[in-house]
Amino acid sequence: MKKLLMATAATALMAGSAFAASHGKEVKIGIILGFTGPLESITPDMAAGAELAMTEVNDAGTLLDGMMVTPVRADSTCIDAAAASAAAERLVTSDGVKGIMGADCSGVTGAILSNVAVPNGVVMISPSATSPALSHQNNEDNGLFFRTAPSDARQGVVMTEILMEEGVKDVAVSYVNNDYGKGLADSFQAAFEAAGGTVTISAAHEDQKADYSAEVGALASAGGERLVVAGYVDGGGSGIVRAALDTGAFDTFHFVDGMVSDTLTAKFKGEIDGSMGQVPGTDSPGASNFEKMAGDAFNPTGPFAKESYDAAALIMLAMQAAGSTDPQVYKDKVMDVANAPGERIFPGELAKAIEILAGGGDIDYVGATAVELIGPGESAGNYRQITYKDGEEVTVKYR
Amino acid sequence: MDFLNAIVALSNFVLIPAIAYGSQLALGALGVTLIYGILRFSNFAHGDTMAFGTMATILVTWLFQSMGISFGPLPTALLALPFGILGCMALVLITDRAVYRFYRQQKAKPVILVIVSMGVMFILNGIVRFIIGPDEQRFADGERFIISARTFKEMTGLREGLAIKASQGLTVIVAVIAVVLLFWFLNRTRTGKSMRAYSDNEDLALLSGINPERVVIYTWLIVAALATIAGTLYGLDKSFKPFVYFQLLLPIFAAAIVGGLGSPVGAIAGGFVIAFSEVTITYAWKKVLGYLMPESLEPSGLVQLLSTDYKFAVSFVILLIVLLFRPTGLFRGKSV
Repeated sequence: MKKLLMATAATALMAGSAFAASHGKEVKIGIILGFTGPLESITPDMAAGAELAMTEVNDAGTLLDGMMVTPVRADSTCIDAAAASAAAERLVTSDGVKGIMGADCSGVTGAILSNVAVPNGVVMISPSATSPALSHQNNEDNGLFFRTAPSDARQGVVMTEILMEEGVKDVAVSYVNNDYGKGLADSFQAAFEAAGGTVTISAAHEDQKADYSAEVGALASAGGERLVVAGYVDGGGSGIVRAALDTGAFDTFHFVDGMVSDTLTAKFKGEIDGSMGQVPGTDSPGASNFEKMAGDAFNPTGPFAKESYDAAALIMLAMQAAGSTDPQVYKDKVMDVANAPGERIFPGELAKAIEILAGGGDIDYVGATAVELIGPGESAGNYRQITYKDGEEVTVKYR
Repeated sequence: MDFLNAIVALSNFVLIPAIAYGSQLALGALGVTLIYGILRFSNFAHGDTMAFGTMATILVTWLFQSMGISFGPLPTALLALPFGILGCMALVLITDRAVYRFYRQQKAKPVILVIVSMGVMFILNGIVRFIIGPDEQRFADGERFIISARTFKEMTGLREGLAIKASQGLTVIVAVIAVVLLFWFLNRTRTGKSMRAYSDNEDLALLSGINPERVVIYTWLIVAALATIAGTLYGLDKSFKPFVYFQLLLPIFAAAIVGGLGSPVGAIAGGFVIAFSEVTITYAWKKVLGYLMPESLEPSGLVQLLSTDYKFAVSFVILLIVLLFRPTGLFRGKSV
């Protein structure tokens, strides 16, 4: 009986190790995005962007001496934290992923991080979560969370810089009444006041109302040289601008990324001349490389597709730099590969990057979005500063 | 000069918007009050009747625009308005025939008719969304301003601008015409007199040979016209969105009740009372007071009694106060 038990145990062990050996040359990376829900129209391009990076590495076949990368998709739903956590739990415990590219929306990203990634010790790199609440200044994330999208707090700083250079010291702020608008308005106010400016009023507006003249009445009463509109062009933001122009309360505006679009210029044409704004954007050559690589397979200019490519690439390059697929080991290498010093790496050069890392060299991953990770591991953020002239959007510079 | 600036700022942000909004509410409240006076129930479907009439007007406006028909500096919607009214009339006659007549013949209690009208409201709500969609629609064209803020500033040299939108001027003019016509009809024509008689005393009116079905039909036709005009003016001035019209039900009912249900004069007064209270209570008075007061007394805060988010709460509170202290309304309508 004792012998039988021993034999069974030994067989089981051997089977187990044989199983492990046959899969030893494969590493799984989870892609968790809202394939259903309010972002379902852009997530396929994001996933395709991430998978493009994995295909590129697999084609080279040199990652950790021939390791193959397999993507595993899961649905974050964007809004349902419980469903997203369950999906991520499945990725980690059942599929055994060694890193997660995701999630997309700030709310579910926070939920997955605290419920799944931190307890299981898995690295997460989000391409699109921008909430300032995800900046873990005190290492609450055990160094496991990174993002290739900038925090909205960064946009507040960029706005402040633009306005200060213009010599604008007094502004009124109207923000859309949700996490995005409130977070952006708060971070802007903090940055602007620290720089010596005055926010005369910071008032919320609701989306989808018929009439914003009452809101604009309050903004006009408080006064200011410019009206900062932190909202959506398809929602209340345009209504505020319309009412402000109609009543003559404000002539010039400052727009955030939710407002700057072709719709805005189509709606207001020359009426907003002299206004300014900023949107995430970069003039780095990486973006065009990425677009060429993607070809017709998917839409490479889709929102956050480039950030997704960079997030996936960072996970794999960090593994190579650490010489291990263990998240606890390679998490410390993410910042190293993303930032200087080292050879600058653009999309399509992942094989070269792996070769350099394998040879003990250093790389500075630039990628499709000019990645530069700062603070607690989030993108420094590159913004395109724009102004309006003769009813057209004009790029002033990149910052 | 400061005094003038204060007056201009006040007109720009309080008086003019409130007058336009008040006219729109008054037209809506007139419809509610007529139904209450003659058919004797509170018609909760009124907001959605407005939405339906406006939708019909918008569809015809788009047709005209695609055919290249325009109305010069005036919005094309004004040309399309008669067609919208006809569409809305057809709708209310059909609902009356299909729904309300049955309950009228049963001599159903007013409270049952109120619930029935809520059912009609939800169905209309669905129909409008089904046809034109739940999103915002813009259909205003023509000249946008009678006087724009910038021109006014250049003309007068004042620091404050005064803007009068074409839609605001139009609202007031059309509302005045509609109200004059309505009062002429109610007081001078035979049908109007029979409607008032029916409203005052149903039994006596029946005894003197007034055909009740005829009165009912005329009432619905007038209500459809008023609702469509009110809805279209609101849509031109602000924007058309089915859900907003559903929300308008509250200030409209508040206006009708404050004025006194069943009293047309009361509905108009109520409309303006509600509009002015909503706008003045949520307005930030800092700018106006800043011009009027000596520098030392200038307010540092916004001097805003309630945030603009609480606009509808104002109508609620006025409604409650009136119901508590003067249930018949300002003009002695019927008690609710």
